[in-house]
Amino acid sequence: MIYLDNAATTRTKPPAVAQAVMEALSSYGNCGRGGHEGALSAARTIYETREKIAILLGCPRVDHVCFTQNSTQALNIAISGLLGPGDHILSTDLEHNSVLRPLYRLREQGAAVDFVPADKRGRLDYGAFERLLRPETRAVVCTHASNLTGDAVDIARVGRFAKKHGLLFILDASQTAGVLPIDMTALGVDTVCFTGHKSLLGPQGTGGLCLREGLEIRPFAVGGTGVQSYSESQPAEYPTRLEAGTLNGHGLAGLNAALDFLNEAGLEAVCAREDALARRFYEGVRDLPGVTVYGDFTAPLRAPIVTLNIGDWDSAEVSDELAERFQIATRPGAHCAPRLHRALGTEDQGAVRFSWSCSSTEEETDAAVEAVRILAREAAEA
Amino acid sequence: MRQKTEKCVVTFRTTVGAMAMEAACKAEGLPGRLIPVPRSITAGCGLCWAAPPDSREALEELVMERRLNVDGIYAVIF
Repeated sequence: MIYLDNAATTRTKPPAVAQAVMEALSSYGNCGRGGHEGALSAARTIYETREKIAILLGCPRVDHVCFTQNSTQALNIAISGLLGPGDHILSTDLEHNSVLRPLYRLREQGAAVDFVPADKRGRLDYGAFERLLRPETRAVVCTHASNLTGDAVDIARVGRFAKKHGLLFILDASQTAGVLPIDMTALGVDTVCFTGHKSLLGPQGTGGLCLREGLEIRPFAVGGTGVQSYSESQPAEYPTRLEAGTLNGHGLAGLNAALDFLNEAGLEAVCAREDALARRFYEGVRDLPGVTVYGDFTAPLRAPIVTLNIGDWDSAEVSDELAERFQIATRPGAHCAPRLHRALGTEDQGAVRFSWSCSSTEEETDAAVEAVRILAREAAEA
Repeated sequence: MRQKTEKCVVTFRTTVGAMAMEAACKAEGLPGRLIPVPRSITAGCGLCWAAPPDSREALEELVMERRLNVDGIYAVIF
């Protein structure tokens, strides 16, 4: 199987990741619960992982890296813990449901939400940030790159807008942590939410949020923390405030090894390789008769995603053809991005998403181009 | 049972505070190790940094220098 569904999760992890998880499974105690070697081993590894994430994302403090199960949980914690009824929030049409649904729920509770629109090519109308601003606007919640088209948002521009108007800036880096450079401090981001199992190459069940100093988030869950056990309330200090319950120590051991791999390989080199593969595919399919590619490939920085349709062929069928006949794994349908599909006019048809990781190859990419060429020809002849 | 001796004990409000202390002491070559917090300090649970009794000054300097999040520094016999 040629795996080109890396925007959903990277399937091929570095061997050291599996090794680290295996070793953790047979040796770790519970981080922060006890002072014996097993508990300390887990705690040390998790601490090392925090250090590496802080460096990767420009988090000012190691203890402001809070781990969660995934990006969705991190976004829920940030959105529900920072915002509430009466607040007005700006977001964009590029968002994933991990941002949209928490915002819609907040709207039901009395908040107001406006979305910066995308045009039919998926490009954001940046001028709308200013136009949609209200006196009660409290925050901007936006993705760093669309999980549908791979187009990156100019987050430096959004950060300047947020700073100018004193707004909180919550960034969804699900598709970009491990792909595009992120320095949350330089960018004026208050909290960046990430997942470990995509471009960071770690296991599923890992993710988190990095916080700027002084940010006060109401905890989503409260419970056991291994410290301050006789206090009736959740400890106020980060990361403990947001980490009730046992952490995924085994998974974080894998993420720690994955970060070592990325640091050794060099993030820039990894990104350049993924980008080159995605653009190689784009160049191979963009002019094929009947093929429509979505997204802006003139931008220098983007996530390694190419999404297309063949004629008016149902994207689910195309994806199935790719899997069954060509053994190529892709993702059809809506990709949890309903607003952008509406903007692109693909709400009914969906679209077929191809996405790369650093383990993908030129040969796999060329085979995917050839498969699309064959399917496009067959569609034209039908 | 081992003989009780005096130790300089640093306590923390979070586990990550304890891990930061261990990492910082390791980097500076300061002696000590993480142990469960003695109940003479608190009846709660958690980890503390236990160091030789004469290391208090060096630890206080380290805490200030690295902005480590500590709860208290105690001289404890255990």
